[in-house]
Amino acid sequence: MANDPKDEQPKEPNTGSEGIPAPQGAANLIDTDYVIGQDNITASPLGINVDLHGKVFLFSSIVILLFVILTLALQDQMEPIFNSMFSFLTTNLGWFFLLGANVFALLALVLIFTPLGKVRIGGADAKPDFGYLGWFSMLFAAGMGIGLMFYGVSEPLGHYGTAMGGISVGEDGIRTDWAPLGAAAGDQAGAIDLSMAATIFHWGFHPWGAYAIVGLSLAIFAFNKGLPLTMRSIFYPILGERIWGWPGHVIDILAVFATLFGLTTSLGIGATQAAGGLEYLFGIPAGDTTLVFLIMGITLVALGSIMLGVDKGVQRLSQINMVLAALLLLFVIIVGPTLMIATGIVDSLVGYVTHLPALSMPFGREDANFSQGWTAFYWAWWIAWSPFVGMFIARVSRGRTVREFLISVLLVPTMASVVWMTAFGTTAIDQVVNKGVTAVQDATLELQLFTMLEQLPLSAITSFVGITLVIVFFITSSDSGSLVIDSITAGGKVDAPKPQRIFWALIEGALAIALLLGGGLAALQTAALTTGLPFTLVLLVGCYGIVKGLMSEPRAK
Amino acid sequence: MFKKIMVPVDLAHLDLIEPSLKAVADLARHYDTEVCYVGVTANTPGSVARTPQEFTQKLEAFAKERSEIHGQPVSTHTIVSPDPIADLDDDLIQAIDDIGADLVVMPTHPPKHLDAIIPSHGGKVASHTKASVFLVRPSANESA
Repeated sequence: MANDPKDEQPKEPNTGSEGIPAPQGAANLIDTDYVIGQDNITASPLGINVDLHGKVFLFSSIVILLFVILTLALQDQMEPIFNSMFSFLTTNLGWFFLLGANVFALLALVLIFTPLGKVRIGGADAKPDFGYLGWFSMLFAAGMGIGLMFYGVSEPLGHYGTAMGGISVGEDGIRTDWAPLGAAAGDQAGAIDLSMAATIFHWGFHPWGAYAIVGLSLAIFAFNKGLPLTMRSIFYPILGERIWGWPGHVIDILAVFATLFGLTTSLGIGATQAAGGLEYLFGIPAGDTTLVFLIMGITLVALGSIMLGVDKGVQRLSQINMVLAALLLLFVIIVGPTLMIATGIVDSLVGYVTHLPALSMPFGREDANFSQGWTAFYWAWWIAWSPFVGMFIARVSRGRTVREFLISVLLVPTMASVVWMTAFGTTAIDQVVNKGVTAVQDATLELQLFTMLEQLPLSAITSFVGITLVIVFFITSSDSGSLVIDSITAGGKVDAPKPQRIFWALIEGALAIALLLGGGLAALQTAALTTGLPFTLVLLVGCYGIVKGLMSEPRAK
Repeated sequence: MFKKIMVPVDLAHLDLIEPSLKAVADLARHYDTEVCYVGVTANTPGSVARTPQEFTQKLEAFAKERSEIHGQPVSTHTIVSPDPIADLDDDLIQAIDDIGADLVVMPTHPPKHLDAIIPSHGGKVASHTKASVFLVRPSANESA
C-alpha cells in the first residue's frame, strides 16, 4: 500500500525533489536539489517516533558525552587547559573579537537605513506570526534577560570601583588595574559616567548586533531562500551545495555544542543565584539538595512549556517575565533615587556615545585588563550564544521587514538595557556614594541584586520577584534552547516528533546537575566561550551572506 | 447524514494515512459529501515544501488526485503554524469550525502507554469537537 502514493506522483509535475520554487509572490528561492530531511533517520524505538539528522545528532551527542565524562574525570587536568586556552584567546585575539563585534553592530545599524531594509522576511506577502508584544518579549527573554538580573547591579558597581581607583602600573610598565579606558581617579561624577558607559557598551549595540546578524541571516536563508532553518544554511553563498556534506555537519555540530554548553553552564550558574537568593530570603540552605531540586523544577516547567509549544508556552512565559521585569524596574525607579536615575538615563546615553569609539577600539588599548578581561570575554560569550538566540529569534520573526527586525533586535533592546542598567546601577552606586551603605559592594556577586533591594522598602516582595524572574528567565532560555537544538539535530525540521525536544530539555537539566555536583562548570563555561572564536568567523560569513541574500530579494513598497 | 468530511493529511507520511483515505472515499460516496483535505505546515522550509505556498499547491494537487479516485467534490485548507508539532490539535479543532465539517476522518495509532504523556491527536480532537470523529487504525487496511 505504501506504493500507491508513489505511483500517483508522476501526475504531479513539481515535487519537492525537483526543487522547483513555488511562485511565492516575492522571494527568490535558492535552486537546490536537496530535500530537507533527506539525510534524516526515522524510526520508532519503543513506540517513540524519532526523526533526526543522523550525523549531526550522533556526533554532537557523542562529543558532548565524552566532554562531560572527561571534564568530570580529569577535572584537575582539564581546568588549567581550558583556562590557558581561553586566556590565550582573549589576550592574543581580543582584537579579533572587538573588531568582529564592531562589524556586526555597524552592518546591522547601516542596514536599517538602506533600501535593503524594505525586504520582508518570508516574502513580500508574509504575515507576522506573533504580535509586537509577544514577539518582543521573546526576543528579550531569549537574548539577555538573565544577565540583566545577574549583572544589573554588580557590573556598574564594579566598574565604578575600579574607575575611582585610578590607574596603577606594575613593575613591567603594564597596567594592573581593571578600570575602563583612562579611569577617573577620585573623580566621582567621571567615574559614574565611565562605569555606566562601559556597562551599556557591554549590553547595548554590540551583543544585539551579533544576535541580529545571526537571526537575520538565518531568517533570510530559511524563509526567503527556502533552505532549512539551521546554521549551515548561511554558508550557502560561499560553500554552495557542499553545505549538505561534512562542512555543513561541522558547522551544525559546533552550533549544538555552543548552545547546549552555554545553556547548561548558565543553568548551573542561575540555579546558584536563585539558591543564594532563597537562602538570603527564606534561610533555605543553598546546598546541593536545593540546587538539584531547583534545576529539576526549572526543567519540569520548561518541559511543560515546550510541550505547549512556541505560541502557548514560550511566548506566554516570556510575556509574564516581561511584565514582572517591567514592574520591578518601575519599582526601583520610583522608590530609588528617581531624579538621579532620570538624569542618569540621559547622562548614560551621552556617556555611552562619547566613550563608544574609545571603548570599541580593537587596537592599541592601554586598558588591557578591561578590554581583554571584560570586553573580549563578553564578546566571546555573546557570540557563543548567538546561534541559540539568533536561531530562536529567526524562527519567530517571519513576516517582519528587515528594518522592523533590526530596529526591534538592535535599538529597542539597547534602550531597554540602558534604562535597566541605569536604574539598577545608579541605585546601587547612590547607596554606596550618597548614603554610605557599602553592603552592596561587600556582597558576593550573586547576592548584590538582593542586597541592593534590601535597602529599598518592601524588600521581601521585591527580592521574591527577583528570584522568580531569575527562575522564569531560565525556564524561557531552557525551553527555547531545547527547540533550537532539536531543530538543528533534526536537519532544520521544526516539526520533528515531540519526544526529541523533551529529550534535549532533560539532557540540559541532567548535564547541569551532573556538572554542579561533580564540579567542572567553570571549565565547561570556558569551553563554551572558546566556541566564540569559530563563531566569530561564522558570523563574518553571515554578514556577507546577508548582504548578498538581501540584494537578490525584491523589496516591499 | 453527513455533509462535509474533513480529512487531516500528512503529506510527508502518505503511507500512514492510506487506510483512512480508503475509508474517506467510501464514506464520501456513500453519503455523497464534499471532502476537505486539511494540511498543517510549519512556516519554515520542510521536507514536503519549502514555502507555505508550495505546500498549498501540493495539497491541492493531492486533493485533485483523490477526487479522481472517489469522484466527490474536494476542497483544501492549509494551516500555517510556527510550531506545528505543539499546535496541531488546537489547529485541527479550529479548522473543523472554520470549514464547517460535520465528520472528521483521521488515522491514529493503536493505544499505547506513551499516550498518558503524549496523547494521540485523534483522541484529543475527538474530545474537543461537536463533529463526529472516525479514527482509523493502521490495521484497518489489512483486515479489510
